[in-house]
Amino acid sequence: MNLRHGTFSYLPDLTDEEIAAQIRYALRHGWPVSVVYTDDTHTRNVSWEMWGLPMFDLAEPDGVLALINECRATFPNHYVRVLAYDASLGRQTTAMQFLVQRPAEEPGFLLTRVEGVDRTQRYAVTSYATSRPAGARYVRG
Amino acid sequence: MTVMHTPKGFGVPRPSAAGPEPEQAPAEPVILGDDAELDLSADEAAARVEQTLAALDVELVGLGPVKRRVREIASLLQVDRARRQFGLTSSRPTLHMSFTGGPGTGKTTVALRMAAILHALGYIRAPRVHTVTRDDLVGQFIGHTAPKTKEAIARAAGGVLFIDEAYYLFRPENERDYGQEVIEILLTEMENERGDLVVIFAGYPDRMATFFSANPGLSSRVPHHIAFEDYSYPELLQIAELMVASENFRFDEPAQEAFSEYLSRRMGQPRFSNARSVRNAIERSRLRQARRLVELRRPLRKEDLVTLTADDIYGSSVFRDSTDDSR
Repeated sequence: MNLRHGTFSYLPDLTDEEIAAQIRYALRHGWPVSVVYTDDTHTRNVSWEMWGLPMFDLAEPDGVLALINECRATFPNHYVRVLAYDASLGRQTTAMQFLVQRPAEEPGFLLTRVEGVDRTQRYAVTSYATSRPAGARYVRG
Repeated sequence: MTVMHTPKGFGVPRPSAAGPEPEQAPAEPVILGDDAELDLSADEAAARVEQTLAALDVELVGLGPVKRRVREIASLLQVDRARRQFGLTSSRPTLHMSFTGGPGTGKTTVALRMAAILHALGYIRAPRVHTVTRDDLVGQFIGHTAPKTKEAIARAAGGVLFIDEAYYLFRPENERDYGQEVIEILLTEMENERGDLVVIFAGYPDRMATFFSANPGLSSRVPHHIAFEDYSYPELLQIAELMVASENFRFDEPAQEAFSEYLSRRMGQPRFSNARSVRNAIERSRLRQARRLVELRRPLRKEDLVTLTADDIYGSSVFRDSTDDSR
């Protein structure tokens, strides 16, 4: 299973040059860029852990790429995502977020149906990976 | 950049049905034959470099050795470009520099021009100079320095990192000073082959000499040491003329004499900082001119507003008392 997440989610994984180009686009718009990572990809897990601090006043993407590579080296089996935040008045939200790393093996999600009162049915989504403790997920074998 | 086929109206842009478009011609140019000839001056970058060098010659008085060195570096990069067109690969020239010279000798100005030249020759991505001092690099507690330094490097990426008064990074009297950490991080970054960051260390000559001798690793990675000499008396006068003219002022005859007298006195005093002192002197005579004009209490003509008179210069404390050090 290939996790579809964020901007460009249905494109093939971006190469480093493409990542640099997207970050340059964000910086040109004055969006500070930050790097976040997680190994718990439930849809409701919106806030991932931050790697380093958001980077302000950059002109070129090299610094962000260095940060991404540090994060990749430390968490080779985590999802790593780049966030670009638009702070302009009236928007003040994430302008762009895309994956820059995914684990080699993504086992996917379990859909659970729960019978409620009056035959109502509720759904729950659980990642197979989260059956293991945090830090040991998405490890092959 | 390939242009995607965009459907009219609402829809998702898709590559056209005729299959993937042929790849655009790659950036790699045609490699010239062994007996081909290449005219260096025909290079379109050369024209831009020549413009910048000409501007350097016009705007900066004196500094002969510096200008020659800047020209040499520009030629080196030009030849390197030419070699690549013949398919001759060699490692990227290292262009980290150190600018040593007294205060007000134009180190920052030359750094700005250098960035423009390096950009014109495609060595760096933007003609940008990010100026930092010790405060911007060294942290206040353990673990604070590395992120701060990396942030400065990230901001300078693709341009020039200008470290002003770089010798402050090294404090031999305090071995737990975080400056050493900055130097180590800078070293790894300067070693980085694919990064196109150029680091310029600037400072006063004597203290830079101790700084480099205490950090041999750093010294060996900085191939270009450029020394900025103090300006001579006629050069300073010329600088003053240029400054006054660029601010739309002018000295009248007696004022010119007064200023050259001022300069010869001021040069003998301590804390004389070349062009910066000249600028400050002019700023202060503007101040005295303004006061004089206000006290005239009569309608002013353009002539009055433009002219700096001898009185405006003789008002300086330099003339008041030869033992008085205040500027």
